[in-house]
Amino acid sequence: MSRIEIDQDRCKGCGLCVHVCPRKIIVLQQDKLNARGFHPAGVTDMSRCIGCAFCATICPDSCIEVWREGGKA
Amino acid sequence: MSNRVLMKGNEAIAEAAIRAGCRHYFGYPITPQTEIMHYMALRMPEVNGVMVQAESEVAAINMVYGAAAAGARVMTTSSSPGISLKQEGFSYIAGAELPAVVVNIVRAGPGLGGILPAQGDYFQATKGGGHGDYRNVVLAPASVQELYELTVEAFNIADRYRVLTMILGDGTLGQMMEPVLFRDEEPVESFDKSWATTGTQGRREHNTIQSIYIEPDALERLNSNLQAKYRRIAEREVRVETVNCDGAEIILTAFGTCSRICKNVIRQAAEIGIKVGLVRPITLWPFPDQAIAAAAGQPSVKALLDIELNAGQMVEDVRLAVNGTRPVHFHGRTGGNLPTQQEILDKIQVLARS
Amino acid sequence: MEEKVFSRTRGLTGKPFHYCPGCTHGIIHRLIAETLSEMDILDVTIGVSPVGCTYNNYEYFACDMVQAAHGRAPAVATGIKRVHPDSMVFTYQGDGDLAAIGTAEIVHAAARGEKICTFFVNNAVYGMTSGQMAPTTLLGQKTTTSPLGRSAAVQGYPINVSEMLATLQGAVYIERVAVNSVRNINRAKQAIRKAFKVQQANLGFAMVEILSTCPTNWGKDPVSALKWIDEAMVKQYPLGVFRGQEIEVGD
Ligand SMILES: Cc1ncc(C[n+]2csc(CCOP(=O)(O)OP(=O)(O)O)c2C)c(N)n1
Ligand code: SF4
Ligand code: SF4
Ligand code: SF4
Ligand SMILES: [Mg+2]
Repeated sequence: MSRIEIDQDRCKGCGLCVHVCPRKIIVLQQDKLNARGFHPAGVTDMSRCIGCAFCATICPDSCIEVWREGGKA
Repeated sequence: MSNRVLMKGNEAIAEAAIRAGCRHYFGYPITPQTEIMHYMALRMPEVNGVMVQAESEVAAINMVYGAAAAGARVMTTSSSPGISLKQEGFSYIAGAELPAVVVNIVRAGPGLGGILPAQGDYFQATKGGGHGDYRNVVLAPASVQELYELTVEAFNIADRYRVLTMILGDGTLGQMMEPVLFRDEEPVESFDKSWATTGTQGRREHNTIQSIYIEPDALERLNSNLQAKYRRIAEREVRVETVNCDGAEIILTAFGTCSRICKNVIRQAAEIGIKVGLVRPITLWPFPDQAIAAAAGQPSVKALLDIELNAGQMVEDVRLAVNGTRPVHFHGRTGGNLPTQQEILDKIQVLARS
Repeated sequence: MEEKVFSRTRGLTGKPFHYCPGCTHGIIHRLIAETLSEMDILDVTIGVSPVGCTYNNYEYFACDMVQAAHGRAPAVATGIKRVHPDSMVFTYQGDGDLAAIGTAEIVHAAARGEKICTFFVNNAVYGMTSGQMAPTTLLGQKTTTSPLGRSAAVQGYPINVSEMLATLQGAVYIERVAVNSVRNINRAKQAIRKAFKVQQANLGFAMVEILSTCPTNWGKDPVSALKWIDEAMVKQYPLGVFRGQEIEVGD
C-alpha cells in the first residue's frame, strides 16, 4: 500500500498539499493545533494514496515523506 | 641576501602584496593609485594569481569579502572617492571578522576633489567610516621602503586578528621613486583558516560566514568579542617613530608625507637654536597616545604643533593623548597643497618665543 | 512491497524554515539542496545568501555558506570562485536584491562569464521589508509603496531580468521557471540541475529565474498565490529558456 507521513510539528498548515493531491485525501485538521500554532495536514483515507508524491513535491517545508507500492513508477 | 631596486611607491605596494602571498586582487581604476592595478595585471598571471577589474569599488570590496571568506590573502586598492564606496564592505568585513588588506592612496576632497595628495581621510580611516562599532588597523607609511614593509605586515596583521588592515598613503608617496630593499623572503606567517568557506570536502560540518545576528544577545556577544580583539590589537600593534624628542621645546606630530617635511624642519630649527622633536604615528589606529603623552609631558616642552594635509583631523587624537597638559596647535594645508618648511618654521618660532 | 520514493534531502540541514506558510522559497531551497545532493557536489559547494527573507538560508543549506550585503552576492561569489575555481558556487537572490540594489553586480558577473550559478527568486515584491514595490512588480500591482497600483507613468516598467541578461555573451544559460505546480516544480529542478552542470563544465554564467509566491505581501492565501503566478506573473514573465537551449547536459 502506498502511503505518506506528514511531520505534524513541522507542518505550517499552508494547504498546498491539499490543493495538489489528485486523490483529495489530504485535509488540514481543524481540530488539531501543533506547537507552532498551525492546523497540520492529515490524510483522511490512506488506502487511496497512490504514492504520486505530488504533496511532497509542493510542500515548502519538507514535511512529507512518501512510500509507493511497487516502488518507482 | 637581499637586493635594492628603484621603485615607485605604488609599485612597491603591489610587489609587496605578491611577496606576502597575496594572489587575489580586485580593484577599480582611480588616480593616483592606478599603477597598482597596472602592476597587478601584469604580475598576477606570472604567479598564477588573479586580478579582476571590478565594475565598481562596491563590487571590488565585495569580491574581497568573498575571497577572504574563501580563505585567501586578498587586497584591493583605491583612492578617496572609491574608498567611500567601499565603506559598506568594510563594515561587513569587520562584522564577519575577515582578514583583508585595503590601500587608500588619499587624494584631496571632499567630493570629487582633486587628484593631488591629501590626508583628509584620516577621520574616515580611523573612526570607522562605515556603520556599526568596528575598527580597522590603519598603517601610515612615510617612504617607499615603508610602503613595501608595511604592506607585507598588513597581511600578517589582517590574518593574525581577522581584521581589515588599511595602508593610508597619499599621492606623493604613491608616485615617489625611491630605492627599496627587498628581502629574499618575506616574513610571511601562516595562519589557521579552518573557519573559511572552502567547501566542506566531506571533512567537517559546514562553515558559515555572516555578519547578521538577529538575536540581541548574540549580536552583543559578537560586539564584545570585537572590542576585546581591538583592545588586544591596541596593546600589541602600536607602531610609532620618535625623532629628537628628548628635551625638545616643541614637539611636532605628523604622519606620512607631512612627517618627511617635518624631519627637514627639525634640522632647520636646530640651526636657529630651537630644539624640535617629532612624533610620527605609524599606526593611526591603534593610535600611539602613550608615545605622544610621554613626549609632551617632558618639562622642556612648551607646545605641540600638529601638521597635516587636511583641516585638522589627527590633531583631535593628539589633543586627547596630551589631555590638556600642553597646548596643541595645528597647521594644515588642503586642496592638494603641501605645507612648506618655512610655514612650519614660522609657526615654531612663534610658539618657542611665547 | 512499498518503496520510499520521497525523503528529506541531506542537502538541507533540517532546521525548520522561518518562512511564512505556503511561501515557495522553501520549495526552491529544497530543489537546490536535492540537486547538490544528487549530483554529489554538496562537499565542494559554497553558496551565497542574500539580503531578503532568505538572508539566513546559510542555516538551511548543508554546504559552506557566506552571507552577503544587499545585492552584492554576485561579487562575493566572484571572489569565492576565483579563489576556489574547482568548487561549485551559487548565489540565491531576491528581486530587490538582484534587480534593484544589485543590478550592476549581476550584470557584470554575467558579462564576465563568472562560472557561478544564480538562483533569482522573482516574487514581484520586497518580501522581507513588508511588501514594497520591487523592480519586478507588475503594472497595476498594489504594494505598500505603490498603494494605488504600479503605474508606468509614475513608477516605470517592470524589469525582465532573464531577457536582459540573455543579451550578454558571458551568460551562457538563462531560463525562467516557476514553482507554482508540481509540473513546474519538476521543470524548475531540471533547470537548477542544468545550471550546476553548466558550471561543472566551466561554460560560463548560468541563471535560473524562478517565479515564486509571497502570499503574505500579496494578500492572498497560499493556493490563490500559486494561481496568481499563472494568471498575472507569467504574462509579464513568460517561462522558457532565453539562452543555452542548445546546451545538452547528460545524466
Ligand atoms: C543596503 C541595504 N538597503 C536596504 C536594506 C533593507 N532590505 C532588506 S531586505 C530588502 C528587500 C528584499 O527584497 P527581495 O530581494 O525581493 O527579497 P524577498 O524578501 O522578496 O525574498 C531590503 C530593501 C538592507 N538590508 N540593506
Ligand atoms: S502521494 Fe499523491 S495521492 Fe498520496 S497523499 Fe500525496 S498527493 Fe495524495
Ligand atoms: S504543504 Fe506541507 S506545510 Fe503545507 S499543509 Fe501540507 S504538509 Fe503542511
Ligand atoms: S514575506 Fe513573502 S517572501 Fe517572505 S517569507 Fe513571507 S511569504 Fe515568503
Ligand atoms: Mg522579492
